Amino acid sequence: MSWTRLVIRYIQYHKLKTVVLVASIFLTTFLPLTILILLGEFNEKIISRARSTPMVIGAEGSPLDLTLHALYFSSKRPAPIRFATVEEVRQTGWARPVPLYSRYTARQFPIVGTNLAYFQFRNLPLAKGESLSRLGDCVLGSEVARQLQLRPGDRLLSDPENILDLAGHYPLKMLVRGVLEPSSTPDDWAVFVDLKTSWVIQGLGHGHQNLAEETDDLKVEVRSDGTLQATAAVLPYMEITDENIDSFHFHGETADFPITAVIAVSPDEKSETLLMGHFQGMENETQLVRPVVVIDELMSLVFQVKKFFDLNAILIAMATLFLLILVLVLSQRLRIREMQTMFKLGCSRGTLLLLQFSEIAILFLFSSMLVALAVWGVWMMAGNVVQSLLIGGQG
Amino acid sequence: MIPIHLEQLEFRYPQSDFLLKIEQLTIDAGSRVAIVGPSGSGKTTLLNLMAGICRAQQGRIQIGEHSVGEMSDSERRNFRISRIGMVFQQFELVDYLNTEENILLPFAINQSISPTGEDRQYAESLAVQMGLGDKLRRLPNRLSQGEQQRVAICRALVTRPSLIFADEPTGNLDPKNKTRILDILFDINREQGQTLVVVTHDTQILDGFERIIDFQDFTVEANTDSQTDRMLEKRS
Repeated sequence: MSWTRLVIRYIQYHKLKTVVLVASIFLTTFLPLTILILLGEFNEKIISRARSTPMVIGAEGSPLDLTLHALYFSSKRPAPIRFATVEEVRQTGWARPVPLYSRYTARQFPIVGTNLAYFQFRNLPLAKGESLSRLGDCVLGSEVARQLQLRPGDRLLSDPENILDLAGHYPLKMLVRGVLEPSSTPDDWAVFVDLKTSWVIQGLGHGHQNLAEETDDLKVEVRSDGTLQATAAVLPYMEITDENIDSFHFHGETADFPITAVIAVSPDEKSETLLMGHFQGMENETQLVRPVVVIDELMSLVFQVKKFFDLNAILIAMATLFLLILVLVLSQRLRIREMQTMFKLGCSRGTLLLLQFSEIAILFLFSSMLVALAVWGVWMMAGNVVQSLLIGGQG
Repeated sequence: MIPIHLEQLEFRYPQSDFLLKIEQLTIDAGSRVAIVGPSGSGKTTLLNLMAGICRAQQGRIQIGEHSVGEMSDSERRNFRISRIGMVFQQFELVDYLNTEENILLPFAINQSISPTGEDRQYAESLAVQMGLGDKLRRLPNRLSQGEQQRVAICRALVTRPSLIFADEPTGNLDPKNKTRILDILFDINREQGQTLVVVTHDTQILDGFERIIDFQDFTVEANTDSQTDRMLEKRS
């Protein structure tokens, strides 16, 4: 038996004390470190995403909501704007518009209606399959494909907006056309469809059987002017196939169809400034925001709040340290007889000190190992945690 | 077998009126000696001086060829752990160690001696000899007082010392266990020839001793027990 065994036996025997001390050290260290890691991850991800998105145009209201929606497809979406805005941006010649319409979900993952320019803008290459080519196609972010175990050729059903709303839109069974490479961005957690597909999901466009060939009076009414009117008995197609794609059509003007944001990519600063001036000078219901400015403001606020957390963490750490010192001092007082006996038997003062310090060192070492393990876990999951907790996406 | 010789010994506690003076005292090698005297008379102090736990201001303590007073602190510790077996009134077992670990404690706390396989076997045989063979894995709180004192005796013997110093070894025991513990100590003295020095204030246990040293023969001023404890507390 060596002195190290003595130390270990002491720690084993005083389990409760050991657990309390280890837990105190662990919690005092782990919580601030977790906040630090998550905040660091949050800051890094959100800033890099904001920097890669020069300008966003959307409905007037909270610039933060608009930015988070355009960057992270967050569920708190801004009011829709008209699709005409896309054309308006294009016509200025100062920026390339990338439309976004994210309102629906598929298995809880956001469905993002856009066009092929989005994949080019975000540099999102395909890992499997092909890009969007037909109405009803979808391309999955890597995490969506992984979590739902979907591959090109599989089908994915959009979620009903409200299952209790009988008059609501029908879910659309989409064909998985491709899967994107992982990008460690919110794009991994999104289902991309063409804008028109998202309008079909909303019910602005639909396909159904040819009413002219329908003889069932329950499904077709002949109006007084001779035109045919479908009744509620005519069900729209829930899946777009080669056979029924020609029956799909939209009611109304495309320019009036909704989108939630337009990402505007200017070729240079001058064009950017001109576009900003254009939208600031207009008296309509849109606003143009620069995500990097909005996110900087958000982060400066977050870091101000963090200062209070830091102060709090320091105070808790000091309180825990005093508590530890008190427990250890009291514990040493209780062990005076034991130490005296060892001294009488022939133990040196150095060895007695070594025994006591080793116990403290082992407690700290054990706590540090637990903290390191937990921090490693947080580190590994930080991306998903930031995505799911702070942004409100999946993960 | 080692004799003990004390000469012109003077010891006083710092900042205290207490004084212990011994002109001359010799304890023969291999003898069984009881040191008697009332509580607080300085018996334990004498034992501590002989064991090198305390250091006399004057005089000489000669144990065999070794002069305890001339040894350094580490030499006295090493001498104590290898040559002297200590038994205490309160047994002083370490509560988080089992019987076997308590017996082997001297090896764990002093780097100068490390246990061999033979030492471990010897520890086990001592435990068996003391009737503790089936209690090697038990913690002290699951042993009776008699068993605890037997573990303490095993601990004192495990380094194969030449001297056994026992401070009130029966003070906390019932009459049956008192007799048993003394028989064990006497048997060890007879079989292995260690010098046995027992400090006691219990005059009923003196029958088996070859010599009884009465503390009234020495000059003692003031009460000592609490001062010894305080001094040890400071040092340990």
